[in-house]
Amino acid sequence: MIRLEKRPTPSRVWAWATPVVAVLATMVAGGIMFAALGKNPVEAIRTIFWDPILGEYAFYYRGQLLVKAGPLILIAVGLSLGFRAGIWNIGAEGQYIIGAICGAAVGLALYPLEARWLVFPLMIAAGALGGLLWAMIPGVLKTRFNTNEILVSLLLVYVAEQILAWMALGPLRNPDGSGFPGSRNLRQYEAAANNELIAGSGMHWGVVAALIAVIFAYILLSRHLMGFHIRLAGQSPRAARFAGVNPERLILFCLGISGALAGLAGLFEVAGPAGQISIDFNTGYGFTAIIVAFLGRLHPIGILLAGLLMALTYIGGEAAQATMGLPAAAIQAFQGMLLFFLLGFDVLTSFRVRLGREAHA
Amino acid sequence: MFGSIDPLVLIASLMVASTPILLAAMGELVTEKSGVLNLGVEGMMIVGAVAGFITAVETGSPALGFIAAAVGAAILSALFAVLTLVFLSNQVATGLGLTLFGLGVSSLMGQGYNGVRPPSSPRVTIPGLSDIPVFALHPMVYISLLLVVAVWWVLRSTRPGLILRAVGESHDSAHALGYSVRGTRFAAVLFGGACAGLGGAFLSLVIVPQWTEGMTAGRGWIALAIVVFASWRAWRVLLGAYLFGGVTVLQLNLQAAGVAIPVELLSMSPYLITIVVLVIISSDRRRAAANAPASLGRSFHASS
Amino acid sequence: MKKRTFLASAAAAAALIAANPALAQDPVKVGFIYVGPIGDGGWTYEHDQARLAVEEHFGDQVETIYQESVPEGADAERALTQMALQGADLIFTTSFGYMDPTINVAAKFPDVKFEHATGYKTADNVGVYSARFYEGRAVQGHIAGKLTQSNKVGYIASFPIPEVIRGINSAYIHAKKANPDVEFAIVWAYTWFDPAKEADAAKALIEQGADVILQHTDSTAPQAAAAEAGNVYTFGQASDMAEYAPMPRVSSIIDNWAPYYIDRVQAVIDGTWTSDNTWDGIGPGMVKIGEISDAVPAEVKAEAEALRDSIAAGEYHPFTGPLKKQDGSDWLAEGETADDGTLAGMNFYVEGITGEIPN
Repeated sequence: MIRLEKRPTPSRVWAWATPVVAVLATMVAGGIMFAALGKNPVEAIRTIFWDPILGEYAFYYRGQLLVKAGPLILIAVGLSLGFRAGIWNIGAEGQYIIGAICGAAVGLALYPLEARWLVFPLMIAAGALGGLLWAMIPGVLKTRFNTNEILVSLLLVYVAEQILAWMALGPLRNPDGSGFPGSRNLRQYEAAANNELIAGSGMHWGVVAALIAVIFAYILLSRHLMGFHIRLAGQSPRAARFAGVNPERLILFCLGISGALAGLAGLFEVAGPAGQISIDFNTGYGFTAIIVAFLGRLHPIGILLAGLLMALTYIGGEAAQATMGLPAAAIQAFQGMLLFFLLGFDVLTSFRVRLGREAHA
Repeated sequence: MFGSIDPLVLIASLMVASTPILLAAMGELVTEKSGVLNLGVEGMMIVGAVAGFITAVETGSPALGFIAAAVGAAILSALFAVLTLVFLSNQVATGLGLTLFGLGVSSLMGQGYNGVRPPSSPRVTIPGLSDIPVFALHPMVYISLLLVVAVWWVLRSTRPGLILRAVGESHDSAHALGYSVRGTRFAAVLFGGACAGLGGAFLSLVIVPQWTEGMTAGRGWIALAIVVFASWRAWRVLLGAYLFGGVTVLQLNLQAAGVAIPVELLSMSPYLITIVVLVIISSDRRRAAANAPASLGRSFHASS
Repeated sequence: MKKRTFLASAAAAAALIAANPALAQDPVKVGFIYVGPIGDGGWTYEHDQARLAVEEHFGDQVETIYQESVPEGADAERALTQMALQGADLIFTTSFGYMDPTINVAAKFPDVKFEHATGYKTADNVGVYSARFYEGRAVQGHIAGKLTQSNKVGYIASFPIPEVIRGINSAYIHAKKANPDVEFAIVWAYTWFDPAKEADAAKALIEQGADVILQHTDSTAPQAAAAEAGNVYTFGQASDMAEYAPMPRVSSIIDNWAPYYIDRVQAVIDGTWTSDNTWDGIGPGMVKIGEISDAVPAEVKAEAEALRDSIAAGEYHPFTGPLKKQDGSDWLAEGETADDGTLAGMNFYVEGITGEIPN
């Protein structure tokens, strides 16, 4: 019989070692799956994990890692604050969409004004505000009417998707696009474009914002009273109330921050990598960010690393599809496996594995 | 202006359209009542959809298809159970991972089953009643209704139901009383998986009926929302599922009847109306949310 | 845009590939970017069938690579760059949303040829192609108008984009010609892909009295709903959907990209490829009309086939005047045919269709 015994304190060694062990285990299990699909497992694993960082075309992929990881990290950092406090914002995808729509709308309204110092900051503000307000809907409904935020935030994703389609087909449609759906391309509008800061680096304002958010969250959680309140509310809601935490303020704060950051991520994406509002603008960053948040153990630094790892599996997975003909489904299953191993092995951080019968204390 | 919409026909349509969500949501209700939050409903549904489809096509029997769907999705959910209950992994992230994994695995399994027409299932025929649309539906529709009654009764009035709720409310107390927290939860997760699988198979064998990748198109997420909507009560899951399905069917009927309401608004209406109804219900009773199982989402490790 | 460094490295990589004599002997590498999974049974499935046809036709002369379920936007740009870096000679991008990414990547890789489906932006190394599905819709409309007993034809549409609106207009014009009392009931699903919703939409239309269902969505869900209702006619979309023939599926519009893809790959092999703007219909075989089943009366079948053949031969244009717009204003005078520009961006209904286009 295998049983688990709780460690007095979480193991620092295992905290760092489990992700490594998990990745190795995934390579073995994933390799078996790839072999079963008739592909060379070694080549597949190398394409996914090695090539994007150190392979022949890594000069391109490394930048793309940041492009992919930026929004994931930015959203996940915001979500992690709420998750720590027991506030469940599942609808970051919707806030991401609304942020993008609001930011793009401001940019498109000012077209073709050339004053970048005015246009771009206004777009950023509109993006953050849009996401924040969209997240305030579940927030206010929860504080005023006791409505569960999981349901409201999740269903608002679908509402946001409908608004997105409507915007792409109607109000924000490119007037020079001869009737086709989709907005003007913001990357071709110098004052509104969120281009790379250093060419080829993948570094755009959204990635910068993600790094700032990581630092901000780290300081908030370790140094600030609000961070203390968040941690306390998550661990013991009763104690938090005695300690003078205002639960309604906390709900609005956490939902507001996560919404604003998701909105920012949407704005930076629409003005940069994506370029335009289209019917299918959103690609699931808001949901993947939930995984990233937990994979990073709700810790800002952990989220940074988890975001990069997820981005790696996306980029490497795409490369494996294009070069080896692996089906996209195999990559999805592989990502699922990686998560399972990462989450499963995490038990070693807080528990020892003992063989033998349970000793009764 | 709604004159051309026959209410009985509409009710029959909404019952069919709501069944996948109802089945998956009932399963998730039981899982969550035991204190486990499994966000992998979408993944389990799609695996059920493909497992049921393949089996029905290969054996020619839709009934076997449904059984295979329940078993297949339950196997997938067992993976979740092992990870969260034995290895104490985080339930939220593991559930999301399960959805990813399920979508991937289902596509791999379903290769070669595109453009295949599954065997059609017989309809229930009750002499004298079958002319009324509501009484001439697929048997699974009625099974899903029986499931609601069964879950309600078991949770409320039986010893296993009591144990399940105890485990969900306070796993430490339940453990101290000598109940197997892990065993109970394992069973609840498997039940949830099986129900989600049935819901998926209802899509691929009855509603659509066809296999295409990603065909559940987000219904697993709606099922999760419906459990919350119901504040973990079996009857209200039925209400929520039929409300959502009903508005969906109604908006399409309104479009087909040529009613002049903007389409954008109509297509958002199922989500908006569900939210509005929940706001009304939950503001009415301030304690509505208190019905959530107290241990929901928390890992349990017997420390003694 | 500051992308000099990137350009330099990309150019270096490209030069490396070009300079390598061993690679010059290699088969022509053809890439495909798909918006959905190849198992979607519809749009992407048909593009992938054409890819397989290319492989079969050229054998060792070509190597094909593909990437499925590529989201539009940044991910598409990466997928394209990746294929170009890895030495693709010709890349087909098979969704409208890939337009700007295709143009962007093409600018960085002048030696790689790109073919973008359903868009309108071209460059020296970017051609565009699309199919005149509205020609097939005309044939469908005629059959629908003749078959309907209730004079109500249901139409399941995805999003109100020109492609879809063109199809509705074309089908309506010809249904009306065949049967002056015909009415169209249009349901917008507001999704590209949700088979269960398509099923619900089909049921709603049938309940509202429609006995012919046309669909601009790719699943067989409406066929199944019609089969269950009985006495309702449908048409296959994207693929033949022959598994529902002879009833309810009485004919179909099939996407047939293979001839075009083979033609363009051949041009690359021969070194004769130039940027094009292809919009082919029934004539060149890009749009195929699936077999009209025996459920259709023989004379209607003959009329439909005659219509198909006259369109194929270029003798008849489905949008021939006199035609008015929905608001009653004149569009095409007697004998005048619609120009491609108007058709490409079509955002109005023709006279007689009730309801408004959502926007």
